[in-house]
Amino acid sequence: MDLGNLHVDGGVERVKELKQKRQMEDLRVDGRGCEDYRCVEVETDVVSNTSGSARVKLGHTDILVGVKAEMGTPKLEKPNEGYLEFFVDCSASATPEFEGRGGDDLGTEIANTLYRIFNNKSSIDLKSLCISPREHCWVLYVDVLLLECGGNLFDAISVAVKAALFNTRIPRVRVLEDEEGSKDIELSDDPYDCIQLSVENVPCIVTLCKIGYRHVVDATLQEEACSLASLLVSVTSKGVVTCIRKVGKGSLDPESIFEMLETGKRVGKVLHASLQSILHKEESLGPKRQKVGFLG
Amino acid sequence: MAVLQSRKAGDGEGGEGKVVACWDVGGRGRKGLAHVFSPTLPQIRGSRARALPDRALVNCQYSSATFSTGERKRRPHGDRKSCEMGLQLRQTFEAAILTQLHPRSQIDIYVQVLQADGGTYAACVNAATLAVLDAGIPMRDFVCACSAGFVDGTALADLSHVEEAAGGPQLALALLPASGQIALLEMDARLHEDHLEQVLEAAAWASRDVHTVLDRVVRQHVQEASVLLGD
Repeated sequence: MDLGNLHVDGGVERVKELKQKRQMEDLRVDGRGCEDYRCVEVETDVVSNTSGSARVKLGHTDILVGVKAEMGTPKLEKPNEGYLEFFVDCSASATPEFEGRGGDDLGTEIANTLYRIFNNKSSIDLKSLCISPREHCWVLYVDVLLLECGGNLFDAISVAVKAALFNTRIPRVRVLEDEEGSKDIELSDDPYDCIQLSVENVPCIVTLCKIGYRHVVDATLQEEACSLASLLVSVTSKGVVTCIRKVGKGSLDPESIFEMLETGKRVGKVLHASLQSILHKEESLGPKRQKVGFLG
Repeated sequence: MAVLQSRKAGDGEGGEGKVVACWDVGGRGRKGLAHVFSPTLPQIRGSRARALPDRALVNCQYSSATFSTGERKRRPHGDRKSCEMGLQLRQTFEAAILTQLHPRSQIDIYVQVLQADGGTYAACVNAATLAVLDAGIPMRDFVCACSAGFVDGTALADLSHVEEAAGGPQLALALLPASGQIALLEMDARLHEDHLEQVLEAAAWASRDVHTVLDRVVRQHVQEASVLLGD
């Protein structure tokens, strides 16, 4: 999927040449180093109809994630656990090509990637989402809305999902069993009596784009257009890799892949540390904090 | 509260201007974003055969996020309600935009509802008006919209979701305030014709209040922009 249209004198090849030259010196077009992220803005609790929400702005990329907790039946193969369902909506506001069903392909690709990175036992404690085994559990519907595309979608989306899950509050319920054996679920009277999920092991994706002989983190649209192959590395705060995926038309040799993996782990740990500190700081401000939302 | 944010073509995008306007009603109310792609280049997406020789084609898409309503929606757009909303928005803006000034081109208006608490059509129209104005597309007048209902002998303006769900008559009105012309009028459920005038009046009054807010926001934005340009 090609989002960038380059309008540069001398055409695309000239830009690639310039970028490759600069990469050798660890300097990119906007002055960043190869492992630097653009300025990230994260805000949680932006949509009130949800159990948890977050908005992330990474350069020109704008993502909004809403998490809704609903009661459902556990899956047959995992009767003691709840589960997560991901849905990605590419809004036509991002680019007119997403009008109608245009954004479905990209949306499905991102949703499938999210399923894969969460497909392990440690990312989220799914057992805490179980209400009564084989009968009731919490299903977390994680809905991602892509408002603007400015490159590096996967990273921004994974950060937004982590922030939204951190912000999610699931009401506490009790299962009451009467004499006939029928079960009744009782919601707690106190609206603030909620379970908060632990997001310590929730992974974030770091996308590394191969440009020339080096790789860059957090590519803009222009840089993505110059790159033939990228590696998506999903890494937790402890540096554990949960998923790797190579994307793009070009090919990567194994040495590059190992180098990119190491960079991904290093950058991922720093990303997690900053994100955790921001989220905890925001939470400590409490309900009196000033919400920026979309106005500002 | 309304905010106008102008964002022209970013890195790597074509020569199209994109304008964002956001309409936020109340703290827990509706939030909608409207994006307008202005016809700086007469481009037609889709079939060229749809191009009209004497005026611009107005294309609207209404999309509401799956988490916007109390109960999760399965499809953000493409369902019947979204298509109908899109058509209503198109009808509203075709009445207001001076389409003869842009023949053989297409104006895209995409509205995204982030949080819904009733009155989504009105919120969309208000946000889209700001966006179209900021995109520099010539319009006859502001388009201000509001919903109204009738409960227990009283006309209510700007219904919330709870009031809409109660099942009474609901009226949606889009008004061009300077001339008092109605761009769109739609009513659901049954209402005695004796009460119609009262309800219409309530909606028109509220629309004029909305016009005051929009006017103030636009003037403020223009003032800020001219101060920046003046430097």
